[in-house]
Amino acid sequence: MAVLELKKISKHFGAIEAVKDVSFALEAGEVIGLMGDNGAGKSTLVKMIAGNFRPNSGTMQMDGREIVLHKPVEAREHGIEIVHQDLALCNNLTAAANLFLGRELKTGFGPFKVLDYAGMYARAAEIFVELKSETRPRDLVKKMSGGQRQAVAIARTRLSNAKIVLMDEPTAAISVRQVAEVLNLIRRLRDQGITVVLISHRMPDVFAVADRVIVMRRGTKVADKAIAKSSPEEVTGLITGAIETV
Amino acid sequence: MTTTLDSTIAKKQETFLSHLLGNQAFWVFIAIIVASLFLSQATDAYATTKNLYNISRNFTFVAIIALGMTIVIITGGIDLSVGSVLCLCSMVLGVVMHAGYSIEAGIAASIATALIVGAFNGILIAYIGLPPFVVTLGMLSIARSLAMVASGNTVVFEFGPDHDKLLSLGGGAWFYGIANPVLYMVVLALLTGFVLKWTKFGRHIFAIGGNEHAAILTGVPVRRIKVAVYMISAMSAGIAGIVQTGWLGAITTNIGTGKELDVIAAAVIGGAALAGGIGTAIGAVVGAALIEVIRNSLGLLGINAFWQGCVIGGAILVAVLFDRIANYRRAD
Repeated sequence: MAVLELKKISKHFGAIEAVKDVSFALEAGEVIGLMGDNGAGKSTLVKMIAGNFRPNSGTMQMDGREIVLHKPVEAREHGIEIVHQDLALCNNLTAAANLFLGRELKTGFGPFKVLDYAGMYARAAEIFVELKSETRPRDLVKKMSGGQRQAVAIARTRLSNAKIVLMDEPTAAISVRQVAEVLNLIRRLRDQGITVVLISHRMPDVFAVADRVIVMRRGTKVADKAIAKSSPEEVTGLITGAIETV
Repeated sequence: MTTTLDSTIAKKQETFLSHLLGNQAFWVFIAIIVASLFLSQATDAYATTKNLYNISRNFTFVAIIALGMTIVIITGGIDLSVGSVLCLCSMVLGVVMHAGYSIEAGIAASIATALIVGAFNGILIAYIGLPPFVVTLGMLSIARSLAMVASGNTVVFEFGPDHDKLLSLGGGAWFYGIANPVLYMVVLALLTGFVLKWTKFGRHIFAIGGNEHAAILTGVPVRRIKVAVYMISAMSAGIAGIVQTGWLGAITTNIGTGKELDVIAAAVIGGAALAGGIGTAIGAVVGAALIEVIRNSLGLLGINAFWQGCVIGGAILVAVLFDRIANYRRAD
């Protein structure tokens, strides 16, 4: 059964139809590349899955049960996490502090509770080792490379045991070597049985890591096929409109 | 993967020594020690019990408010109203006690006033989205005006039945000859340090200063924390006002004028970054102490008091330069 299934989802802002009758299903442990030009409806679609927008029509089902998301918090409660393009990290805090931001562990007895530094360092280290990242819990984020920052942002989704991770342009602003690091992080998530939706402009990254590619153009889904059966040329054609649909 | 879990957890970017050397409060502390050693040689008057007692008592008022200010600055804000709030809270205390109420009632009224003023600032800043600089600048004017209204712009120096209690609260020294205000400052500094380091609230204060947007996205209650922070700042001014009233034994409507600048200077010299995200309780205290040592020493060395501003201003600039240089070295 699909982890998440979208059925005929539409969203319009006034007269502008941002997303029109889009349907697809996401399976567990699958990496999906979501591609499309600026204004094709990718972000609107992702924001509906993340609970930022409510669709005007259509339904969403998780594990066969219909869900309605009013707020991002509700999406998170259903196990849908988003890694924002700017990563939403605090430079002045350590990796562990960022990881646990808003859900800090505490220790002590009765009403006398203090931050559990040891516990948070230990859990953070576990997650970084699991992700095979070289990020260390006590490092300040401002001294980290782009890849390590991504690792911290992705580690947050592990903390909450997310089922679906939406990644918004994770490789847009980092160096070539770090891109490889981030792609490895995505593979680690997939190996844990997590579904990853990779929103990206970068064709090579999508073809390197995704199992399936969904192409959006002018608010509609124009392609949804296995990476092995497609090619960068075909996807480029679909994005620009040179190829109508497949 | 050769690294074990334990070595990953234990791995630090900095050793204890490099952490200390990169710590601005540490260097300010060294500066105070060096200046004190020099002054005790250069003048006979510096290292006397009486002078040290005076220094320690004089800087505590600025230090207590600087603790609250540091918290505000860590969130990336600023509170310009503390000098006026100090005056207003002193005046509320004076007027209530003068009217014959007990010292407890006076202090309660004074602290309540501070909390209301702080909540007012905080709500305008956090919920309406007005810039902290403008809101607290407005409050600087409002609070002093209210102090004049409350007192009819007179000097209050009779504090009703609990007059003596108030004077011993601020002017006494019941613990090994250490002035009471110094004791209050130490307790408040320890409390502030604890909150910043060991509580969720403290962690969130740093998060807001580091990246407010990220704090919102991760579910930190940013608005509520901001209101709390301005209430703490106003309360620190209120506490300083109460203690100072007990020490001076009189309140005029111009006390605390310009104090906000000393307080901000103390916080900045102690290492708080006006851009937010950085600051310590100990920094606020040593920053305030350095300013007082400079003041005191210029007097003792017979240097014209007109030079005070230059030296204190210079200390602020050196503090900011230090921060810049430390960051530059790290960026290399």
